[in-house]
Amino acid sequence: MVLNMGPQHPSTHGVLRVVLELDGETVVKADVDIGYLHTGIEKTAEALTYSQTITITDRMDYLAPLSNNLAYCLAVEKLLGLEVPKRAQYIRVLLTELTRIGSHLVWLGTHAIDLGAMSVFLYCFREREKLLGIFEMVSGQRMMTSYFRIGGLALEPATGWMDRVQDVVRTFPSRFDEYEDLLTKNRIWQARTQGVGLLSASDAIALGVSGPSLRGSGVDYDVRKYFPYSSYDEFDFNVPVRTEGDCYARYLCRVAEMRESLKIVRQAMDKIPAEGPIKADAPGIVPPQREKMKIEMEALIYHFKIFTEGFAPPPGEVYQRIESPRGEMGCFIASDGSPRPYRLRMRTPSFVNLQALRKMVEGRLIADVIASIGTLDIVLGEIDR
Amino acid sequence: MTDTPDLEKNPTVAKIRAWRPEAISELIVFRGELTLVVPREHLRPLAEFLVVDSLAFTYLSDVTGVDRFPIEPRFELNYHLLSISRRDALRLRVRLPGEDPVTESVVAVWPTANWHEREIFDLFGIRFEGHPDLRRILLPDDWEGYPLRKDYPVEGPR
Repeated sequence: MVLNMGPQHPSTHGVLRVVLELDGETVVKADVDIGYLHTGIEKTAEALTYSQTITITDRMDYLAPLSNNLAYCLAVEKLLGLEVPKRAQYIRVLLTELTRIGSHLVWLGTHAIDLGAMSVFLYCFREREKLLGIFEMVSGQRMMTSYFRIGGLALEPATGWMDRVQDVVRTFPSRFDEYEDLLTKNRIWQARTQGVGLLSASDAIALGVSGPSLRGSGVDYDVRKYFPYSSYDEFDFNVPVRTEGDCYARYLCRVAEMRESLKIVRQAMDKIPAEGPIKADAPGIVPPQREKMKIEMEALIYHFKIFTEGFAPPPGEVYQRIESPRGEMGCFIASDGSPRPYRLRMRTPSFVNLQALRKMVEGRLIADVIASIGTLDIVLGEIDR
Repeated sequence: MTDTPDLEKNPTVAKIRAWRPEAISELIVFRGELTLVVPREHLRPLAEFLVVDSLAFTYLSDVTGVDRFPIEPRFELNYHLLSISRRDALRLRVRLPGEDPVTESVVAVWPTANWHEREIFDLFGIRFEGHPDLRRILLPDDWEGYPLRKDYPVEGPR
């Protein structure tokens, strides 16, 4: 029997279609069909300037928009050879780690509700509201923040934002304990996730899987440790790795990652100086301060040129990796010396990780398909772009 | 070949030169990233060579196509490799002609290339010989044209 799952389905976490060939309840073949959310982001970027492209990067992994912003901005900064001030780097780290927590909360809530644990979904989204409030406070947007700019941040974060971050840091650990109380030793949760969605380390590497999906299978690869970016090497944190390679292992990895992210946030709060530049000093690339633009002719000319022409990086290609909540997010930019990216390619972790679905579900029951899709933590926006 | 003597001392480059010197036609370093330009016919053997234990580039992060129209060779394929055990990264670049762009698939070496090659086929029209299932992946099966090519309008077909 051939059964069509999706593209409209509550458990596919987006517009994903899986064509399942079944023998009773056993999946004989699972053919994954994507592209329902393809909006041509990479093609669009070729028509926008480097600064304008930041706004479309949010829309890919829409559960971790600041991660996408970061990957892209770091790639352009690498292309330009531009150094970002430390204060901006630490703020970027803090916000990106809060984004990681926010993304994992959505993952946990939706994964749990797929398997029947409805309360967890509501609790996770209650916590996420606090994070979205912080993002709105600093960038004006709950989700599609576009808060990072080439050379630093868009705006000085609003006064009082640290109090909200402090509140998060104070209250979240006990909330994470609450989720674990509901799930970790729960016999139903264990029955649905232990031994399900098995992926060996060698298969995971061969399939290019990254992030917690890879670390749950025993491979200790985290871009923040391998190729530290944005001062991550100045922070002290662990990377949770487990060896079982099943949904339960990945669950434990992600929950532990949320706690590690809080650790990084605490350190970032101490490191961020109270005052300092939030943008690099690079006339011609980073727009001048508005006050200067209104009284200095030179600043006015730079402002005009940046917002009409844009800035032109040197020709060449760069590939910048970051550790997004889903795995290795890579941003490849090919520049031809014009103010528009000649080619923008976002290597998105969900696109690659989804290839592992077939390995995980073929030969197993339909119910395991739901658990496996959930455990991969996919976001269709970044798969299809 | 010897106009970049420091790069020749790079361990990866030295090992490849010792195995098959013509596998690298150009060496590029930009912003700390090393790119090896590989002639099309050497790509697959080089791929098999790079996964062995001493180099261990067993992880293929990404395959990216670039259209340099109207310059020939028109297309570029960039393979981003990573060695997890040696914490080393590398880029391979293959240039393909605009007229009937085709190259050998590397799915047998790095299974993750499966969907990457399908996407490049879908959006650029480059064919990968030996790919188990080369068909469009993002666009509908009956779509005509290759959108990421430079001669395809950004607004879509009219």
